[in-house]
Amino acid sequence: MENQMTASASTFVSQPAVVVDRVSKIFNKGKTNQVDALTDIEMVVQPGEFISLIGPSGCGKSTLLRLIADLLAPTSGAVTINGKSAKQARADQDYGMAFQQSGLFEWRSVERNIELPLELKGWDKVERRQRAAEMLELVKLPDFAKHMPWQLSGGMQQRVAIARALASHPKLLLMDEPFGALDEMTREHMQAELLRICNNTGTTVVFVTHSIPEAVYLADRVVVMSPRPGRITTVVDVGLGRNRTELTREAGDFFARVTEVREALRGIEATAASVADDLRTRGIEDR
Amino acid sequence: MRTDVRAREFAAQVLPPLVVGVGFLVAWQTWIIVSDVQPYVIPRPTRIWSSFTGDFGLVRAASVVTGTNALVGLVLGSLLGFLVAVLTNRFAIVSELVNPLAATVAAIPAVVIVGVLNNMYALDSQIPRRIMVTIAVFFVVFVQVAKGLRQNDATQMELMRSYAASPFETLRKVRLPNTMPFFFTGVRTAAPLALIIALVSEYFGGTQDGLGSKISGTLSGSNKALGFAYVLGGAVVGLLFFAGSNLLEFLVVPWRRRGRSG
Repeated sequence: MENQMTASASTFVSQPAVVVDRVSKIFNKGKTNQVDALTDIEMVVQPGEFISLIGPSGCGKSTLLRLIADLLAPTSGAVTINGKSAKQARADQDYGMAFQQSGLFEWRSVERNIELPLELKGWDKVERRQRAAEMLELVKLPDFAKHMPWQLSGGMQQRVAIARALASHPKLLLMDEPFGALDEMTREHMQAELLRICNNTGTTVVFVTHSIPEAVYLADRVVVMSPRPGRITTVVDVGLGRNRTELTREAGDFFARVTEVREALRGIEATAASVADDLRTRGIEDR
Repeated sequence: MRTDVRAREFAAQVLPPLVVGVGFLVAWQTWIIVSDVQPYVIPRPTRIWSSFTGDFGLVRAASVVTGTNALVGLVLGSLLGFLVAVLTNRFAIVSELVNPLAATVAAIPAVVIVGVLNNMYALDSQIPRRIMVTIAVFFVVFVQVAKGLRQNDATQMELMRSYAASPFETLRKVRLPNTMPFFFTGVRTAAPLALIIALVSEYFGGTQDGLGSKISGTLSGSNKALGFAYVLGGAVVGLLFFAGSNLLEFLVVPWRRRGRSG
């Protein structure tokens, strides 16, 4: 792959940020409700790279993210993060995580929300407070430290969640449709903010979404997945450079990549539909 | 300007119940005067009030006895209910044993137990009544806290896992704060219940110095006004319980204060 080529060509070979090595996940194995969520997933993410995972619902993209986070264990295969096992990486809080729901703790002020992961790491109070202030500066909410979560808008809550995910300066950020519940305007604004933050911090990101423009606008590579069983079908190299602006959304290259991803997704649907047709003509019910 | 608006909002909240309450008392008084109801049947509000103020020492003494029984039972029952709910939640098997048991015991007419307890303690002991209140409060609070502990935000739980937080840290930093509103719903529900149980349990023997015995004693006699004065004493204690549990919730669960939405 191109990214691996450039990595090995550089003077020192840097360790990949994430290696997903022939990972499969089967839920309820051996029972009647067995689900093959993921089959033979191979993926290498380089340090500083931004990866979007996209696919129809049920393709296992969120499952894949949770396997990387060690919130789920793979049925077979292994996940490595910066050379450590996923389990060790979680124990060391080597990654930050953000979800569609901000998951803010409503009894804690904004700054104390950001401090929670540091608290669990055993940081002392002065250091925690200092870091929280720094993170609020980063997400442009410096005046909201003492506010309670319910006093903030949805977009602001999501910024706090991102600040919290980045509080311990993890090298890796895992995000599961973090902007999925926001309106379109806020969403585009947050995408630009996320890119700015990642460019400033050099954070590696694995980002699950089901919005095609969002996947393309954010990512260096878009990983397209197909359902039943979940597998990677296509990887689209976006190649729009690192300095993306609002103008990028109107550029020809951007639309070309969006089309490419869309066709990759449509290919999945077409195959699924033809298989279903085939089964139906042979008198077999498609579940 | 703003104080003006506030005053108007306050008036809008306070005036309607005040008007209804005063209207009710006036109607009561008028009805008794117009239909010439005898005071040994139902006394008029003014007579109850003068009995309440005139015999305030008696009413207060009885209210303190019953109020203390109810309060001791409310505090003990709440703490026990909270503690046992946390323990059963922590150990899944225990909860499967305790929950049906809790439902069964809660269905037993609770005051019956007082009769049994009275035989176990000295005749002048308040302990049987307090135990009775504790049992009743325990189940109310237990059910609420158990419910609260089961309702955890999925995102918050995944976050805690991603922080590699221990079960104890998750309990202390997420599950317990999440449960506090449920706990106080339980306490607020249990507060009037505690008072009722404390009152009724006095009907089953023991010392005759509480509100329950005084009410049953005086209401069957001719001094109905004093009987109603004792009832008024019970109402005052009930209001104190209500206000107290609300104040405690206001202080302990400040994040639930969010203006109108509650």
